[in-house]
Amino acid sequence: MKTRKSSIILVGDFLMDKISYKKIVDRHKPTETRLINAIVAFVVGGLVGVIGQLLIDFYTSWLHITTQDATSFMIVTLVFISCLFTALGFFDKWVTFAKCGLIIPITGFAHSMMSSGMEYKHEGPIYGVGANLFKLAGSVILYGIVAAWFFGMIRYYFLGGV
Amino acid sequence: MTFTYDDVYINYYATVGGPYEKDGPLGPSLDKVYTNLYADEKTWEQAEVKMLSDSIDLVLRNSKKDSQDVDLLISGDLLNQVTASSYAALKFNIPFFGIYGACSSSVEGIILMSSLIDGKKIKNGIVSVSSHNMSSEKQFRNPTEYGAPKPKTATFTSTGGASVFLSNQKSKIRVESSTIGKVVDMDQTDPFNMGAVMAAAAGDTIYRHLKDMKRTVNDYDLILTGDLGVYGREILIDYMHQEYNIDLGKNYDDSGTMLYNLEKQEEVMAGASGPLCIAMVSYSSILPLLEKGKFQRVLLVATGALFSPTFVYQHKPIYSISHAVSLEAIK
Repeated sequence: MKTRKSSIILVGDFLMDKISYKKIVDRHKPTETRLINAIVAFVVGGLVGVIGQLLIDFYTSWLHITTQDATSFMIVTLVFISCLFTALGFFDKWVTFAKCGLIIPITGFAHSMMSSGMEYKHEGPIYGVGANLFKLAGSVILYGIVAAWFFGMIRYYFLGGV
Repeated sequence: MTFTYDDVYINYYATVGGPYEKDGPLGPSLDKVYTNLYADEKTWEQAEVKMLSDSIDLVLRNSKKDSQDVDLLISGDLLNQVTASSYAALKFNIPFFGIYGACSSSVEGIILMSSLIDGKKIKNGIVSVSSHNMSSEKQFRNPTEYGAPKPKTATFTSTGGASVFLSNQKSKIRVESSTIGKVVDMDQTDPFNMGAVMAAAAGDTIYRHLKDMKRTVNDYDLILTGDLGVYGREILIDYMHQEYNIDLGKNYDDSGTMLYNLEKQEEVMAGASGPLCIAMVSYSSILPLLEKGKFQRVLLVATGALFSPTFVYQHKPIYSISHAVSLEAIK
């Protein structure tokens, strides 16, 4: 009986301990510059959008193709550029600076796959690059497909498939 | 668990660093630096093995001993299954223990080695640790070329290897006493705030060491914690004051804040980390001061975060541990 009582007190003490420790930790937590991060991401993300639009305009007027085809060309171009810059070793610094400004657009997706591929090339084509290429992007693809199927169904059944 | 030693001495030591360490304030005091993170090898892991074995080479050269004269090699690192140490150990052909105490491995190794020497089981031995920024990033976080944003509390794993030669042959530095740490859980879950995780363990070990040795903070010229970083250092000072009513005062510092120039090297965020951190700082700049007699007694408190990515993803808190060893200058 006695031991049980003491163990309860001990657990109680320990819980209190954790709470007061958490207070100390919170007191020494630096404030992240969220507003500046958001503004930088907004401006850089917007710039990526502007570049994309310019590329579409360029492809439609130069190659005389439809806007839909030019959009695919634009995506391929942006993916290629971010892969190339990742391979050249400075795109990660840009991403660290611009954060979601470069992660949310297609550039972030390409960057995640390219960096994974580069990282695991020494482990070989199967156990290295093959197994790890989608290490970061795999979740995006999986839930992207699931969401696309889900919304496609809604569109088909409730909105008349338009 | 605290015990004292009679006849254990630190005879030789060597540090090998990478480019970030070279650019830091301790750069000139390192024995060897690589300007390339690959250290002329093909992979990050091989580079870590090379830096570790370089540091053992340097210690052997300083000691003018053949590797056959060394009784034991104890080494630790962060790579899966302590592989950097095992792969570095092969070429020396010395009886070998690979240990894992995360970033507390260096002092853990010194405690084990000192206990064996003081117990007269062996005459001498080398304790090594290594870490590599890129191999750790790859294992614990994201691919190295992925520019994931990090919070300000994140620390930067140091790159290189450090080794120390201990024996029962008298030198200017004596291993005086040590305290073995306990696993501590403070419900911390943020892998980007290791300082907060480990400060509690450091506090517990410092308190028990001082209590067991019946000493105060002022009995030490320097109390050096492992790799708490800027914010972990503040947390420890605050925690020691609040929990144990101990004022760490001006004799306390953290090696995580000393290895890099925190203002110029912005990529290091809150400071250095890794098993190498406290070993590199103490072997390159604290041990020479003990030898010169500028310090009389120093307490090295290495701190380690005990976790793996798997346990973090399974929403388990990150535990920590801290071991302390007290070094004395001999006049």
